[in-house]
Amino acid sequence: MPTVQTVLPSLTPLLPELVLAVGVMVLILYGSFRGERSVEGVNVGALLLLLLALFLVMSQPAGTKVTTLSGAFVQDAFSKVMKSLVLLGSAATILLSRDYFQRAKIDRFEFPILIVLCTIGMMVMVSANDLIALYLGLELQSLAAYVIAAFHRDDLKSTEAGLKYFVLGALSSGMLLYGASLIYGFTGTVSFPGIVSALHEDAGFGIVLGIVFVAAGVSFKMSAVPFHMWTPDVYEGSPTPVTAFFASAPKMAAVAMTVRVFIGALPDVTAIWQQIFVFVAIASMTLGSFAAIGQRNIKRLLAYSSIGNIGYALIGLAAGSEEGIRGVVIYMIIYLAMTLGAFAILLSMRRRNEMFETIEDLSGLSRTHPWLAFCLAMMMFSLAGVPPLAGFFGKFYVFAAAIKAGLVTLAVIGVVTSVVGAYYYLRVVKIMYFDEAKAPYEAMAPGLRIVLFLSSVVVILFWLLPAPLVGAAGAAAKSLF
Amino acid sequence: MTAAAAFFYLFAGITIASGFMVIASRNPIASVLFLILAFVNAAGLFVLMGAEFLAMILIVVYVGAVAVLFLFVVMMLDVDFAELRQGFQQYLPVGALIGAIFLVEILLVVGSWTLDPGLVQAPLGNVAAGENLTNTVVLGRVLYTEYVYFFQLAGLILLVAMIGAIVLTLRDRPGVKRQNINVQNARTQGAAVENRKVPSRQGVEV
Repeated sequence: MPTVQTVLPSLTPLLPELVLAVGVMVLILYGSFRGERSVEGVNVGALLLLLLALFLVMSQPAGTKVTTLSGAFVQDAFSKVMKSLVLLGSAATILLSRDYFQRAKIDRFEFPILIVLCTIGMMVMVSANDLIALYLGLELQSLAAYVIAAFHRDDLKSTEAGLKYFVLGALSSGMLLYGASLIYGFTGTVSFPGIVSALHEDAGFGIVLGIVFVAAGVSFKMSAVPFHMWTPDVYEGSPTPVTAFFASAPKMAAVAMTVRVFIGALPDVTAIWQQIFVFVAIASMTLGSFAAIGQRNIKRLLAYSSIGNIGYALIGLAAGSEEGIRGVVIYMIIYLAMTLGAFAILLSMRRRNEMFETIEDLSGLSRTHPWLAFCLAMMMFSLAGVPPLAGFFGKFYVFAAAIKAGLVTLAVIGVVTSVVGAYYYLRVVKIMYFDEAKAPYEAMAPGLRIVLFLSSVVVILFWLLPAPLVGAAGAAAKSLF
Repeated sequence: MTAAAAFFYLFAGITIASGFMVIASRNPIASVLFLILAFVNAAGLFVLMGAEFLAMILIVVYVGAVAVLFLFVVMMLDVDFAELRQGFQQYLPVGALIGAIFLVEILLVVGSWTLDPGLVQAPLGNVAAGENLTNTVVLGRVLYTEYVYFFQLAGLILLVAMIGAIVLTLRDRPGVKRQNINVQNARTQGAAVENRKVPSRQGVEV
């Protein structure tokens, strides 16, 4: 009998993921034995699990880069920051969802479980150090996301959103996989460090084709133009807390995954993919600002807004430099806060069990709910990029990085489109402050209050103490170069 | 002719014949059964080539899952196969053209494809030189050691798929009669049986 020597790989860097995976199985057992009575307990349990994982991620050492599991998993400062954002987005989703799901009578214990499973997938994506881990993480995340998009299954729009997301998502996964297989075929390895050493400046046509397909696949997941068509429909059709989730945590993971692939595995062929992302950034910013103008539904408006915001974040990636990646990370931190805040307000627009989601329903909000209106106005000013709110700094860092990298045209187009975008953000403020007041909405649920408070603090007071976040983003970017 | 060659022609012949029957048979259930026959014989061809793992996978995945799924679909959906067959003559030239293109492509690939001789000698996973192991053992050794992370992740993906299927399809239907074994066991003779006197020529009301 031949003996096989194996050493158990170091699992310490994997601890947050392991805690989530084991915890979610306990929750599944608890939920399936107790049935519908367990909803409250599973929600609390999932929230505590996510916060525990957040604590574990935060307490990981930031200075060193650790790879484990045959090099498939990497833990560094970048993964630390992006995983924290992912976990915050997921935890906020559970807080946002409680009240909505109870009233919509779709309060089932599977929702928090799917959110946690989705989060594991996103953390795998963020920490991926080879193409197989990347794809498996992406599939785990996407599959859970398709299901929760259709979670309100008796609602025609929700099922349509789930189906649309599934069909288009499967297509984009196929494209990503095809690109990955081409890269594997032409470099002979799936691990990112291996690809780096196998590639040099004059990469062949096969590599270029592979990069284009991978870029198409990740653009879909980030909902960047020209692979954005699913975004408005899925955002509008899904239950609102699910939309808040799609706009927050998976975006973080998709951007982190894109940075990992293109900065981590393909740094020597920047010239090939830089033009792709310059085009994608310009197209996303332009479409995001012009198409949002005609929207009346706030969810669709936020969908186009997220397309535009991804465009701005990609400016930093297109720069391809350490400053650029720092800009991307700062942008994503601030985008997370703005998005969650805006969705917390959208979820509180309710009168006698009826949700309102058009912009006209906000009219005169400043008289009925002055604080709510103030917070939303701050979110909108921040999304438009008005100083001294957080959104301004997010844009500032990516534009500065682009100019430093010689992409002046890209930065100028970014500034112009953000002026166009300001029109529809400020229109919301005008409707809230100067239009006829409507009947007041019901009081906010406690979960919504917590999310809105935290995100407002980040958005409004970022300029007072930017050092910790900017420092963390700087360390994250540094760990990649 | 050796026994291996005889088995090869047996399996190959049945595979082709049942492949033809899949499209020629009038009854869709018979088509699916012929498909299963084709899969099983293709698995036999794999065994002849020494790829026993692929053979087992073919049986488990294609016969066990895919073909049974086909059977379910054929039985549960009311597909009018006679109608689907309409226009067979009309589309025949296009179909024949595509088939011919595929045939030429396969011939080109098989004719020009060579294996890198270095690959055959390349060490695979944890196998020491000279060790004589089956494919399954070698795959198992790397799957549960080097690739255990991917294996576990794939398991999580399947878990999500299962939860998703339950979430989206399981629903409480009101007014459905269900078996409750506890209630059945708790029934006594007194609750289930009633003795009545039946008057002559009158009967009892039920």
